[in-house]
Amino acid sequence: MALQDKYKELIDTASSSGVSNLQVREQDGVLYVDGDAPSGSAKDNLWNIYNKIDPDFRAGDLVLNVNVGSAADGGKLKVVTESSNLNIRKGPGTDQPIVGKAGHNEIVTLVNKTSDQWYLIRTDGGAEGYAYAQYLQPA
Amino acid sequence: MKKNWLKNLAVLGTAVIISLSVASCGPKDADVQSAAATALAGDPTTSALQVSVKDGVATISGECKDDACKVSSENVVKGIKGVKQVVSNVTVAPPPPPLPPAAPVTISADDNLSKMVTDAIKDNAGVMASVKDGVVTLTGEIKRADLPKLMQKVQALKPKKVENKLTIK
Repeated sequence: MALQDKYKELIDTASSSGVSNLQVREQDGVLYVDGDAPSGSAKDNLWNIYNKIDPDFRAGDLVLNVNVGSAADGGKLKVVTESSNLNIRKGPGTDQPIVGKAGHNEIVTLVNKTSDQWYLIRTDGGAEGYAYAQYLQPA
Repeated sequence: MKKNWLKNLAVLGTAVIISLSVASCGPKDADVQSAAATALAGDPTTSALQVSVKDGVATISGECKDDACKVSSENVVKGIKGVKQVVSNVTVAPPPPPLPPAAPVTISADDNLSKMVTDAIKDNAGVMASVKDGVVTLTGEIKRADLPKLMQKVQALKPKKVENKLTIK
């Protein structure tokens, strides 16, 4: 319970900011917080609180896995890289050849979610392949 | 005439005595009700209940969270002077539905986790990672501004734990 107290602000904010399927469990000295955030800013806010409570994420006592609400297949996704283009690959893995690129802030179409990490997407330019899910958010 | 007058007086007197004796046979309903309400209000578990008293019969209504609260409200009201009988219309709230069991913590297997970690750190030159028993250890160097995004990517892979041993530039 001590970890839930340490990260109370984070858990409370997750509840109040509309994170759905919120799960908070403590196991072997690590707190696991999972859920679906309603927006990218809600997720960023939780990470800011995490960074405030545990500066530079040094403690290793929290695994925060809050992803931005799931777009349905056929839905639109926005490329949220820092500034660069997003690689589109032939298969789900960075060892796979690059078959195209999506620009920073470009809107692409979700074909399907191959895994939590890799989405099959299609650009308006016609490139189709796998892109890293952490750089995509529902548009 | 004088006889009649006396008779009338006797009837009147009897009536006065009867009415006095009826009135004095117990406290007034309103006073009993007030005492019962005060007694119920004194206990937080029964304070939301209502009580009314008519002819010494106390009727309790409202909702209790459990049976113990219902029984105690009846006993409290029974103990009030002037209450001859207690009628309880108290309903007991149904128990809250049990909380859904917490989903067990899923931890990725090492081989899969290693592959996913390789993908996750690919954009951060200078960052290295090792995986053992679900624990991801990050070493090397990173800019502070890039750290949150990297941690978001790594913690989303369902590791057991993330040890951040990165040197922050």
